[in-house]
Amino acid sequence: MSQHKIRVLVAKPGLDGHDRGALVVAKALRDAGMEVIYSGLRQTPQQIVATAIQEDVDVIGLSSLSGAHMHLFPEVVRLLKEQGADDVLVVGGGVIPDEDIPALKEAGIAEVFTPGTALADTAEFIRANVQKRG
Amino acid sequence: MSDFKTQHEAWQQKAEKAASRFPERREEFKTSSETISVNRLYTPEDVSGDYMEKLGFPGEYPYTRGVQPTMYRSRFWTMRQYSGFGSAVETNQRFKYLLEQGQTGLSTAFDLPTQIGYDSDDMMAKGEVGKVGVAISSLKDMETLLDGIALDKVSTSMTINAPASVLLAMYIAVAEKSGVSADKISGTIQNDILKEYVARGTYIYPPAASMRLITDIFEYCAEHVPNWNTISISGYHIREAGSTAVQEVAFTLANGIAYVDAAAKKGLDIDKFAPRLSFFFNAHNNFLEEVAKFRAARRIWARIMKERFGAKDPKSWQLRFHTQTGGSTLTAQQPDNNIVRVTIQALAAVLGGTQSLHTNSKDEALALPTEESARIALRTQQIIANESGVADTIDPLAGSFYIESLTDEIERQALEYIAKIDEMGGAVQAIEQGYMQREIQAASYQTQMDIESGDQVVVGVNKFRIENEPKPELMKINPELERIQSASLAELRQTRDNAAVEAALKALRQAAEGSDNLMPHIVSAVKVYATLGEICNVMRDVFGEYTPAQW
Repeated sequence: MSQHKIRVLVAKPGLDGHDRGALVVAKALRDAGMEVIYSGLRQTPQQIVATAIQEDVDVIGLSSLSGAHMHLFPEVVRLLKEQGADDVLVVGGGVIPDEDIPALKEAGIAEVFTPGTALADTAEFIRANVQKRG
Repeated sequence: MSDFKTQHEAWQQKAEKAASRFPERREEFKTSSETISVNRLYTPEDVSGDYMEKLGFPGEYPYTRGVQPTMYRSRFWTMRQYSGFGSAVETNQRFKYLLEQGQTGLSTAFDLPTQIGYDSDDMMAKGEVGKVGVAISSLKDMETLLDGIALDKVSTSMTINAPASVLLAMYIAVAEKSGVSADKISGTIQNDILKEYVARGTYIYPPAASMRLITDIFEYCAEHVPNWNTISISGYHIREAGSTAVQEVAFTLANGIAYVDAAAKKGLDIDKFAPRLSFFFNAHNNFLEEVAKFRAARRIWARIMKERFGAKDPKSWQLRFHTQTGGSTLTAQQPDNNIVRVTIQALAAVLGGTQSLHTNSKDEALALPTEESARIALRTQQIIANESGVADTIDPLAGSFYIESLTDEIERQALEYIAKIDEMGGAVQAIEQGYMQREIQAASYQTQMDIESGDQVVVGVNKFRIENEPKPELMKINPELERIQSASLAELRQTRDNAAVEAALKALRQAAEGSDNLMPHIVSAVKVYATLGEICNVMRDVFGEYTPAQW
């Protein structure tokens, strides 16, 4: 395996301003040896996908606590596909009811991390599932 | 040597011996603030200073024991549950339900598009309409929201910041239409933009323009809406973002200083606007630290207002505050346990002398509360008020060696932070440089690490877990709302007097480009049904938008 460091974009889609979780996850993934870019607040799915492609990331971590995940998360996956970047692993987290998770996975979100998830589990999932690139 | 000293030393030796045989649970005990150590025992030696100077009597300077002379013996705190979701019709029904259940004030949650000044049909609103609160795009929505509620009888709090001027203008307009003049309404707008930059994220304009809007509101309300709390300077969200209790007090009061400075610079008389400043704090789980925190905050603010700003009216010295229990302490796991957490937190707020209280619902780590969970949350307050007896005497924990020592320590550490922020040029500069944000992020990361390592126990999350938990019933927001709101906005734009709207927006633009108070122009605009988005876009055009640096 190459020495390529996993590159992650931690992003806040929509208007939600709760960034405590996103910032903690960003720092934890950095401490776990990944390169992490944080999008800042209020990003549209278009902006997130553009940043992901420009920064050539392996993973996008989406965070939403406002209940808009069913619209925003699948839209990011759709745009990635449309722009031929569907090898990017997309995961999500936030206040997300269990009953929404099957539909999100169906839409291409690889995993959904809900409140109480250990940071180590998130890092481990990313390592195990990220597409190895040249 | 006095008898006390001899006995105390003897006891200390005995305790050390006992501790070497039965080791204590930790080497060092701390409150939730990493910087405060907790001793094995507190005695009269840990309490210093003069009673009158440090505590005084309730309703008297420095208000450590409370802002009113009789506190809850006359009237309980206002039970004010924050609610709002979906459409104005649905929220109006929930308001009426809560009032029927014995709630004594209203508190409105707006959806994120409303909070950031976008109409429901704006591109930026996609997916967010009605999700975390009610969608209000025009006076028409506000009329529906407040339908059948006596605005001269009920006080209404609105969690609205960047567009606070617009929502207040709508509230005034609805009241006037129902025959209640502006000087008869009472309530609160949050209107605290500084903590939005620090922690909550619903800013629109850059700091200078935002501070102007805020001081315009102070000035306008002092004259026209005298019973309105023109700002609720909020530590709540700072704490939710991960700060310690000390940081919550320090950063909130530092922001308060910045608002007073800005208003004084505009030439407002301090004793005209300061009595209408109000505060909003969090209540977390470390029960005694929270009680001490509220007491310390009152004492610090009284001294700042009297000594630093030279306010003369005792009402300017009083820190009146609303409390909400800590959302970030609630767990998605075993949600019924949250009722117990909320009870402890609410009790801390009451023993800390809060003026009003919101108790969180057990299911808030999962979704917006159902009617049932919202009722249990309200009942929690009613049980504390009517059954526990804690409201029957004022500030009952005063004189506890630990409580007084902790109150002093929180005050000391908060004043250190405030001095540091003063050195940086004040809160606005400290925020622009990312200082408060970095301090909060460091504390929040430390908390998460402590939970991951098991050093900090969260019942049901990293200890005492159960497998296969039953799924609670959750509240769902109507996904059709976005379409319905868009259709009703399209209709409004066709049926209103568009020439009047254009004239009002033009006048607002001119005022924004100059230095007139903006409030009268905003009131005129909402009355002819200019929408929230249209009004905020005029100001976006003139003031620009805030983009934060990343740290």
